[in-house]
Amino acid sequence: MTRLMIALTALFLLCTQAMAQDATVQSVLQAHRETIEKGSRKSIGAAIDAIAASGLPQAQDVLQVWAAKEMWQRGGDGLFFRGVEKTGRQVELFDFDSGQSVGMLDRDDLEQIKPNSGVRALIGTALVQFQLSDPDPIRRAEALDAIQRSPAAELLAPLRASIPAEPDPALKDRKMRVERLLTMAYDPDDQARITAIEDMSGDLGVDMRATLNPLLVTRIVLAEGLPATANIRREVKPGDPALGLAAAYDMLIAAGLAQPIPDAEARKALLIEHAADGLVAGIPLHQLDTQAARDAAYVQLAQAGLVPRWSTAEAPEVVVTRHRFVEVYNEPSAAVTEAAEQALDEIEMRVGLNQAFDLGLDALSLASIYFLAAIGLAITFGVMGVINMAHGEFIMMGAYTGYMVQQVIADHTLSILVAIPLAFAVTFAAGVAMERLVIRHLYNRPLETLLATFGISIAMQQLAKNIFGTQARPLTAPGWLDGAWVLNDVVSISYIRIAIFVLALIFLGLFLFIMRRTRLGLETRAVTQNPRMAASMGINPDRINMLTFGLGSGIAGIAGVAIGLFAKVTSELGSDYIVQSFMTVVVGGVGNIWGTLAGAAMIGTLQKGIEWLNPSNTLAAQTYMIIFIIIFIQFRPRGIIALRGRAAGD
Amino acid sequence: MRDSFVARHPSVLIFLALLALFTLGVTVLAEGFGIGLISTSFVKTLGKTMCLCLIAVAMDLIWGYCGILSLGHFAFFGLGGYMIGMWLMYERTRLIVEGSLAQGALPPTEQEIVAAIGTQIFGVVGSSEFPLVWAFADSLALQLALVVLVPGLLALVFGWLAFRSRVTGVYLSILTQAMTLALALYLFQNDSGLRGNNGLSGLQNLPGVEAPQSVVSLWFFWASALALALGYLLAAWIVSGKFGSVIRGIRDNEARVRFLGYSVEIYKLAVFTLTACIAGIAGALYYPQAGIVNPAEIAPIASIYLAVWVAIGGRGRLYGAVIGAAFVSLVSSWFTGGQIPDLALGPLTIRWVDWWTIVLGLSFVLVTLFAPSGIGGLFDLWQGRRHPDRHGADLGPNAGALREKEATE
Repeated sequence: MTRLMIALTALFLLCTQAMAQDATVQSVLQAHRETIEKGSRKSIGAAIDAIAASGLPQAQDVLQVWAAKEMWQRGGDGLFFRGVEKTGRQVELFDFDSGQSVGMLDRDDLEQIKPNSGVRALIGTALVQFQLSDPDPIRRAEALDAIQRSPAAELLAPLRASIPAEPDPALKDRKMRVERLLTMAYDPDDQARITAIEDMSGDLGVDMRATLNPLLVTRIVLAEGLPATANIRREVKPGDPALGLAAAYDMLIAAGLAQPIPDAEARKALLIEHAADGLVAGIPLHQLDTQAARDAAYVQLAQAGLVPRWSTAEAPEVVVTRHRFVEVYNEPSAAVTEAAEQALDEIEMRVGLNQAFDLGLDALSLASIYFLAAIGLAITFGVMGVINMAHGEFIMMGAYTGYMVQQVIADHTLSILVAIPLAFAVTFAAGVAMERLVIRHLYNRPLETLLATFGISIAMQQLAKNIFGTQARPLTAPGWLDGAWVLNDVVSISYIRIAIFVLALIFLGLFLFIMRRTRLGLETRAVTQNPRMAASMGINPDRINMLTFGLGSGIAGIAGVAIGLFAKVTSELGSDYIVQSFMTVVVGGVGNIWGTLAGAAMIGTLQKGIEWLNPSNTLAAQTYMIIFIIIFIQFRPRGIIALRGRAAGD
Repeated sequence: MRDSFVARHPSVLIFLALLALFTLGVTVLAEGFGIGLISTSFVKTLGKTMCLCLIAVAMDLIWGYCGILSLGHFAFFGLGGYMIGMWLMYERTRLIVEGSLAQGALPPTEQEIVAAIGTQIFGVVGSSEFPLVWAFADSLALQLALVVLVPGLLALVFGWLAFRSRVTGVYLSILTQAMTLALALYLFQNDSGLRGNNGLSGLQNLPGVEAPQSVVSLWFFWASALALALGYLLAAWIVSGKFGSVIRGIRDNEARVRFLGYSVEIYKLAVFTLTACIAGIAGALYYPQAGIVNPAEIAPIASIYLAVWVAIGGRGRLYGAVIGAAFVSLVSSWFTGGQIPDLALGPLTIRWVDWWTIVLGLSFVLVTLFAPSGIGGLFDLWQGRRHPDRHGADLGPNAGALREKEATE
């Protein structure tokens, strides 16, 4: 009884409202009641459009409620309400037009409208126009994101409509940019599309390329039977990388222009099928051990009509040459594809330039890593002439010191600041100990030094493995070194690489300062040039050698902390860099820090360059780089910057 | 009249006699023909050790006698293994493939057999085509020639480039190390045509041979012993003549030899190439006993260990190289084999598998510092030979020159 009353009231209300205002949301909904109830993706468009186009202030609300599955239909009269589920299977209903609660109802008397995902997507599209004019700028930005994620032709009109009223200049720019992109993809007018493409040509954004590329999608088809209006890109010869012989022949078969012919395997199967008593077509089976003999037997079978016809003249590679194949754009307008091709060419050129710049930055950062790894060696090997195969293990020791410090000090910034001097101290001590115990006895015996330090190297590596295990230990960079400095969509460089570059520069300055401006540097140079003369001038060569070697080792330790920040800290960390470090010093020229710098720059650039030529294969890049270095040494055996005269020592 | 070669170098005769005795002893004790006291795997270990001794002799020739510390001879060793491995793998796969294809209704064509072998061998690196380097893999004679030719040619080209530009001493060592590294990295790629890091495997099975491994292992053992004997004899003959005097001169003072009118580069190149060929032969005998050859074998560290063996055995004397290689590699495999009980030192337990490398590294430092003449120096003590007293100066000014303590009067 109550239900009937309510239904009657509602009906009455509906009638009066419809009469009074001509359109309420409810009336629009009721007009499309059946389609909404049905909820089919195919037919729902009309209902959504009607709501969106009604111009009513509640339209957005209704769509949102609908998409959120909060719309309920009352059983008796079929009116739609926003429903809020309460406890005990009760649902409180709110009228769309007034926003007022119209009371609670039991779930059994209601029908929840549950749009499927296809319908929800359509509603979402319709909602975009509301969101684009939403007072909240964050909502507007989200709407733009949504458009860029899934662009569609019907979004173009609402987007355009929302631009003039946009108050935020940054959002307005973005809207205009997205509008251009949508225009080139979906505008019905070719001229407008071409204008949009020309406006944006040279833009480096990934979205620009993502918009242009679908315009230029092509397919390869048979030229025969192609409509005259087809937008042909070029003619393709079978055997071209884009069109294999087999694919071309399959196309002919599909078009009914050729017969499938048995390939060698199928012919073999047919031969076996028709074999009897060890004979096929009168030929003994055991003679068929060459392809020519098999072909001859098959031709005989074919002449007897037992198997499909086949001859070398009907081979696919012959047949396909009798037909034309063309590459056709999916996009029908030739003017648009031409404009898009031009724009893409220009973009690709600019992308290429930017990539070259990016590659240059990469090479620079790799060069600074090599320089860091090699600078300690430039002191011990370059200045003192001591070949230290355990140099890599000093790097490793520095990295593990950094790891240990991070175990004690949790704050990453502070721990790195502590780790750097500590790593220097640890490796300085290790270097001094090694110099005192081993190297001192082997001066002027470079080959023996090489072998003895190699012995130390393998012992230290194994020791690290015994202590820290074989798994990689993390050395985490401080938070402010995370992320990258992004110039545009192509060029970016991570902060950690910039930091390493800066560190390398600092070390270069430090090296120059110590060698040229301090007492230690003066005495080191004196001792390396002529130890006996230096000794007679009151310098203690033993002490100087010890300190210099310690300094070189200490710098290796600091380099270890830096390298550990981006590489995995394992016991093999050092040996990964040792050959490259020696190469850097040797290629650059022994005994000259600028040479080491030049060597690092050359090896870094070279490695990145080769990797760029063959990006899938970094192993090959290293191989070719080493071969290049071996050949380079042929022409400049003393390195890029060779010492001359007395300083060269021979 | 000059004494005969053997009379001037009694050590050669002693060495050959000991080698013959050893070979005979192992043969009698082995499973294949004898009483089965030595297991087949240990026969293989001994055979492999003799191959290592052979390459150590080559290393001694180039380093101990010519003063060139090559850190790349294992590249030649590995290449020799690859060359013989290609034939072994091809031929074995061919027999298997032919056997399975013969089951078919039609006799297989040549192309079908080759295609099936290709799929078998290169399936693991996602290919089935034969790369160009396998062009001669079907011919044993050609592959055997390549065992010598490929390492020899590589050494010739590399040595010519290096010696011509007068790269010497440490630089040359680093350059040879770079060469090994480059080769290893190249072979690690899947498209190098030699199965990438899978390497060549199944080499212990001789194609078409029905004999059990216990017998095959002895064949290789004999071949290794023969190769070692011949290699040792060749090396002893080379260093005993005028050629040997010149290369020793190059070691101790290269400039002086050059001023005397000798073409130093040609001598160096000849020794470098010859030792590369010997290394290739040693590798070709080693890897069929090991069963697998992969790029990790060529890694620079292997060549440095080679230098370690020669240094510990005593460089500049051939028997020293053999002793060093045999001693260190056998002791290494003993220690890393996990048969030595752990050593408890209070809180620390020394597990020899983990600590052996440290012991080896440190003992190497000690040998370099205190006993440059290595184990071979013990023979000098026994025979009462003295070192020349040059008041601390070495024999020559060059980095490769023999040290005072290494030389004998």
